Amino acid sequence: MADVALTIDGREVLAREGTTILDACRGLEIDTPTLCQLDNLTPINVCRVCVVELEGSRVLVPACSRKVEAGMKIRTDSQRVRHSRRLVLELLGSSVDMSLCSPQVHGWMRRYGAVPSRFGPEAATVAQPVKVDNELYVRDYSRCILCYKCVEACGVDAQNTFAIGVAGRGFDAHISTEFDVALPDSACVYCGNCIGVCPTGALMFKSEHDMRATGTWDPSRQSVTETVCPYCGVGCMLELHVQDNSIVKVTSPLDHSVTSGHLCVKGRFGFEFVQRRRS
Amino acid sequence: MDIRTTGGPATAEEMAAVDELLGEPEPAHHHLAYGGRAARGQRHLLLPVLHAIQDRAGWVSRGALEYACRRLSIPPAEAYGVVSFYARFALEPRGEVTVRTCDDIVCMLAGARVDHGSPCLGLCDRAPATLSERAGIAPGWVVTPARVPVHAVGPKLLRRVGVVDPESLDSYRDHGGVAAVLRAREMGGEAVIRQVTESRLLGRGGAAFPTGRKWESVARAPARPHYLVCNADESEPGTFKDRVLMEHDPFALVEGMAIAAFATGCEKGYIYIRDEYPLARRRVEQAIAQSRSAGLLDIEIEVRRGAGAYICGEETALFNSIEGKRGEPRNKPPFPVDIGLFGMPTLVNNVETLFNVLDIVNGEFGDTRIFCVSGHVERPGVYEVPLGTPLRSVLDMAGAGNIQAVLLGGAAGSFLTPAQLDVPLSFEGTRAIEATMGSGAVIVFDETADMKKVLLRIARFFRDESCGQCVPCRVGTKRQEEILERMFQARNSDSHGDVMLLGDIAQAMRDASICGLGQTAANAIASGLTQLKVLNG
Repeated sequence: MADVALTIDGREVLAREGTTILDACRGLEIDTPTLCQLDNLTPINVCRVCVVELEGSRVLVPACSRKVEAGMKIRTDSQRVRHSRRLVLELLGSSVDMSLCSPQVHGWMRRYGAVPSRFGPEAATVAQPVKVDNELYVRDYSRCILCYKCVEACGVDAQNTFAIGVAGRGFDAHISTEFDVALPDSACVYCGNCIGVCPTGALMFKSEHDMRATGTWDPSRQSVTETVCPYCGVGCMLELHVQDNSIVKVTSPLDHSVTSGHLCVKGRFGFEFVQRRRS
Repeated sequence: MDIRTTGGPATAEEMAAVDELLGEPEPAHHHLAYGGRAARGQRHLLLPVLHAIQDRAGWVSRGALEYACRRLSIPPAEAYGVVSFYARFALEPRGEVTVRTCDDIVCMLAGARVDHGSPCLGLCDRAPATLSERAGIAPGWVVTPARVPVHAVGPKLLRRVGVVDPESLDSYRDHGGVAAVLRAREMGGEAVIRQVTESRLLGRGGAAFPTGRKWESVARAPARPHYLVCNADESEPGTFKDRVLMEHDPFALVEGMAIAAFATGCEKGYIYIRDEYPLARRRVEQAIAQSRSAGLLDIEIEVRRGAGAYICGEETALFNSIEGKRGEPRNKPPFPVDIGLFGMPTLVNNVETLFNVLDIVNGEFGDTRIFCVSGHVERPGVYEVPLGTPLRSVLDMAGAGNIQAVLLGGAAGSFLTPAQLDVPLSFEGTRAIEATMGSGAVIVFDETADMKKVLLRIARFFRDESCGQCVPCRVGTKRQEEILERMFQARNSDSHGDVMLLGDIAQAMRDASICGLGQTAANAIASGLTQLKVLNG
């Protein structure tokens, strides 16, 4: 693969052919907001928060999926870019509970001056009751920004189970099983890879959900222990999140060569035997 | 992939409808997996299967959908996402007959007042209009008001409308048809493309892209097969020209497609006709069959029914729909000429564009354009005029008086004031006043029209039709509608802040939406707020 030369914010840069504008921005340490993008998933460019201005293009282009081309002239901080990023964050913030998003997301909100409340108190939201229909994880679609990541992880990008999809359309579009059946009636295999990619806390370990409900969830008292899954010979790396000597959550690093962040039901949820205590 | 279905069996009637389309299922054999590659390869038949179920049973039950999933090897969650995307599929039982009443802009002007009205049915020349469907073994469709002679005035593209027998190839020949395809075959593909390029024909679907450039790119594309897609999903409110052309001169469309496929080396063709046009569908199907058996059409052309989604007029959403998926637009690039339907080089042309090709090949190209005039006029209908004709002459032909405003280009277009009616109907002329001809819709409002209601209807239209994929359009169209309602309800309040807010949303939708729907969803409303006297104070 050859390198192509392009200009980003007036800086000449060489980028590997086939990579994206986002990759190039990261190479220059330009902090580019993303919500629906994740390194282990196919870019679907639906959230539009990463848009940049490309000279000669009538509209802004998504940095996460647009491939670099020789001679591109890109601006990542123009008035138009800042405006669209701000509006995307405001539109989402006005319709979705984003309180559990990462501090990074809240930082972008501040950087772009997003004030979601300016659409008024009557602005429609996606608020709805939390779905608790199994012992392993909960779905709180009041927090869903419809980034499609869970659908991708459940589908061809990781699990190939296809238990969930996007249903409905427009503002009523939502993540759903077929006919909104409960998870135990669906094709779900409880790999939890949807939880692993969810950026807003809409999908959550039931343990975390219950602890939050009782006010005992406290990341400052949690430690992370790295280990290898004991179940089979694949060698998936696990990160055990432990609070008060109990495992409360299991993750795997996105950049791990074996898992790419994805696990199966045993690695993700099969930890109860560790903490069976004699009474 | 494990297809897990828990919804109970389909009825015998539903299974029969599916099996009629797909053939009898293979007998179960315990050594063979049910489904497999052969079934997966039929995934694109999901929409035809759903139509078959609904035509027979009146709605799509869970059992029926899951039976279709097993036959086509589609995960039920994904199929549910598809069926719930399209407005015309019902997921609740309903009676044998369903009546849809249009309450879109033109029918609303004509007095239609309903609770859950349908978006534009493309019958604006007969407003207010309804479409009723009867489910059963022999499904049927009835449009009211009943058929009236279409008001079509035009020297070239419309010359056969109302004159030729639309169900007879012989009649089509007698009226000058078939000559172009024979001539194209003599000339050879390259010469045809050269003629199209030299004619400087611009696409008539709304985006006005040079047709010749598309043809060249597809002809040159190395990947095979090439697909030809005729976009007949005409859903822009106030637009009905493609319906008139297909209903009254279907052989010409098929001939245009035969020439396009021949010149660009397309191995297979599709016509995607919106579901609201049952007569056009039947006539085009007949014309394809007759043209095929007369040796005038070298490739197979399949007619595909839309299912009630304006967004499927966007070319990449249309591909997804043909492939049996949700009609969500794809990001461009890559462009359809490189990676289109089923990932292959694809030529997409609008109906009217293909009609023009006949005249180009015959050396009779006139660069005319068809306008659909409706609303407060004496003679609503289709009017074909040379590009550059002043809008006022078209309005005079249709008999318009006491004009308060004209919506040019449909919901994605913009409002013109009485002072702007001399604008020449050309790409440059309309651009000069920041308007667009779009799909050729011309909706006329006289002094009696309540323009607030019209703007609200447009806002509702976009909120209804947004696919929901990208944030600026999904939430932006919702907020646009909310803010407009708030502004129009308030009495004597200062609406300046809300106008600014709408402007902010509009800019983000225009700049950051994936496709043309979101990018134009604020146009008419923005122009309405500045051009019309709808704001208090």
